[in-house]
Amino acid sequence: MSTGSVEVVYRGIFQKTLAKNICRGIVLAARKDGKIGIAFGRYGDSPERNGIPAKQFAVVSDNEEELEEHLAKYEPDNNDVTIVLDDALCKGVESWAWYGLQPINKLLADGGTLVVTSTQSANKLIKTVHRKGAPYNLAIVKSPASFSGLWVYKDDHTDVRLLGALAKVAPQIVSLESMVEAIAEQWKDDLKVASAKKAYEAVESTPVGADQGNDAKPFSFDLPGWTKMEEGLVIRGMDAKPQDVPGRDGGYVPTRSETFKKFSTRTMRPVINFDTCTKCTLCWLNCPDTCFDITPDGFYDANMEACCGCGVCEAVCPVNECVTMVNEEAFEDHDSQWEMWAKDKEGYSTWLSEKITHLPARSHGFHHVGQYAEEIADDPS
Amino acid sequence: MTPPDLAVAEKIEGPSGETEELISGSEAIAHACRLADVDVITAYPIRPYDTVMQYVSQMISNGDFDCEFIVAESEHSQFEIVKHASVVGARVFCGSSGVGWFYAFEALAVTAGLRVPMVAMVGNRALDDPGAFGVEHNDALAVRDLGWMLNWVSTAQEALDTALIAYRVAEDKRVSLPCAISCDGAFLTHSQTLVKVPSQETVDSFLPPYDRAEKQLHPDNPITIAPQVNEDWLMEMRRQNDMAMRRARGVIIEVYEDFNAKFGRGGEPFIERYMMDDAEIALVGMGTLAMPVRVAVRKMREQGKKVGFVRVRWFRPFPTIELQDAFATVHAVGVIDRDYSFGSAFHSGVLATEVRSALYPMESPPKVISFIAGLGGREVSADNVIEMADMAFDAAAGGDINEQDTHWIGVRE
Repeated sequence: MSTGSVEVVYRGIFQKTLAKNICRGIVLAARKDGKIGIAFGRYGDSPERNGIPAKQFAVVSDNEEELEEHLAKYEPDNNDVTIVLDDALCKGVESWAWYGLQPINKLLADGGTLVVTSTQSANKLIKTVHRKGAPYNLAIVKSPASFSGLWVYKDDHTDVRLLGALAKVAPQIVSLESMVEAIAEQWKDDLKVASAKKAYEAVESTPVGADQGNDAKPFSFDLPGWTKMEEGLVIRGMDAKPQDVPGRDGGYVPTRSETFKKFSTRTMRPVINFDTCTKCTLCWLNCPDTCFDITPDGFYDANMEACCGCGVCEAVCPVNECVTMVNEEAFEDHDSQWEMWAKDKEGYSTWLSEKITHLPARSHGFHHVGQYAEEIADDPS
Repeated sequence: MTPPDLAVAEKIEGPSGETEELISGSEAIAHACRLADVDVITAYPIRPYDTVMQYVSQMISNGDFDCEFIVAESEHSQFEIVKHASVVGARVFCGSSGVGWFYAFEALAVTAGLRVPMVAMVGNRALDDPGAFGVEHNDALAVRDLGWMLNWVSTAQEALDTALIAYRVAEDKRVSLPCAISCDGAFLTHSQTLVKVPSQETVDSFLPPYDRAEKQLHPDNPITIAPQVNEDWLMEMRRQNDMAMRRARGVIIEVYEDFNAKFGRGGEPFIERYMMDDAEIALVGMGTLAMPVRVAVRKMREQGKKVGFVRVRWFRPFPTIELQDAFATVHAVGVIDRDYSFGSAFHSGVLATEVRSALYPMESPPKVISFIAGLGGREVSADNVIEMADMAFDAAAGGDINEQDTHWIGVRE
């Protein structure tokens, strides 16, 4: 193998610099090994948008001729390593053109390594990732997702820790010696070098079988040809009639796009205490994505296929402990909370209490004064 | 060969209700707007196009014409306003000249991409600086690659007729592309000639109302027009645009046939052939160049020189088949450009480059000699034309005229 590539999947704005540091670090370190390379972001991404899944890549090669095969492309499709900077992305990402949810391991080569920053166990993470149909490895760098503020880079060493881990799981791309040399040169900081070496030692890799993982079928469709597309750049609107939901008589569920979902942007989701809800309508009115379904008994049920986790509902709710934002990692499905509550109120109450112990990582910008200082203080890394 | 009568001298019995008026090309366009019952017209003054807005506002204030007449704060807004009005179902008209047309360029580019069937008039004008306002064709030609249909007219009568034809072609569902009618500054926009103005009944029998049907932007018809797309979609959209322009050719032929039948005039759709039947060499040009060229052709015919003239009426879609046919037996073609394309192949003008390209696949194509003349509104005299024709004759006879260069005619050394 004389050409290698690494994909970094990150969240828009909060991890843009982090992803860039990793990809630049790979190319600069590989240079020390006598290789050449390129680092680039996926052109169509909108990485300035809060929490949106976006990608950066690094490709390194022994010679220009081989590297050239990877130039003038939007993304390498057979990566040795896919680095995931938020474990909630393991559930899959919707690409920028919103062609539906795609597996996080889609562009990973068979036998490649998925590197995830996570505090979860490998077994738990594997369950959330789509089945690949070929064996690969899962390596975990123990850490919560590192989210920067809007304007300031949170230099918590996540960049160099991932670079150190990469040298371990993919020595064919870059050696630890070169990585250490490059980090020292780039950051001129012994602590960062130490963090990289520590991560190199600590990273654990678990083999994942071809049939392991989430067996949900990823969304797919055929792009229409020019003779099939409507002329005049016209896209038909959806029928505005409310959807019929089996088992629900009354209420209102708006028609939503089959493909335009956006929920993989979410890092936290609202859970609702229907026992304290006063049906004031504020969450429903203020939701920028019209994600609340009106239930037959007049409650507002956040639809997890439509919610992008912005937290506006929690902010506008006038009742204490009615809407609470919870870390997305605490959930494995998109099921209706209201249906769960209507079926078993006591069971729902237990479920709710358990869920709200999972504090969100608050990736979606400013929440309260002093938040950033708290995050740095709490960070176990 | 006996030369045909000049158009203005012809005594063809027109359809009933037709009146004869002494009007300029700009006023003829304004009459066409009135007769086409245009709903929204936007304006921003620049010479020579602004004469159209003067006549339109006069008609409105006299109670002869009812439309939304919006004077925008710039050419860019002018074209944006009509673009949006068109998608909600209004028949629209707009226009500009020279650098004004260029100031609207962003809007012009997307108007074609959006398949908005706008009709615009370009009062051809040199591109400043210096502050020149004589005719050059580079202004309208700048949109030649973007999906605009383009034509050049040579009389006020043709301006009126072509504007009506333009609406019918542009709004045809097989086409749905914008169309710009070029009128040479001064010679057409500011000169009054006798023009037959048809009756409303005749025009109504020719031009159906604008109907976007299922593509009308309206709350009852929820659609999105022009969403953001990536590389997965745009190429298919461009291909649709390409097909629309290809289909326009057939529609133009169809519409001229109907126009000829209903109005008793109109001629051949894409080109005008003047004394081409037995021509050994031919000159080609667009717009009011036709006048001095026809004069020169008659003079040379009197001397027994077999020269003909082809006036290109539609530049987009380009009359490739018609030109190949017209030049099938000529030995040399002299292309007169009232424009320039600095640094292009052979340093030609735009028309010469296109003509060369169109004739290249012919089995034995004629020699193509390119000329640049009449820039900045400079008159092209009959003597200038004879000079060019003589050079073409010389090339046809194997003389030492350099075919791989472009000859500037009427320029001071």
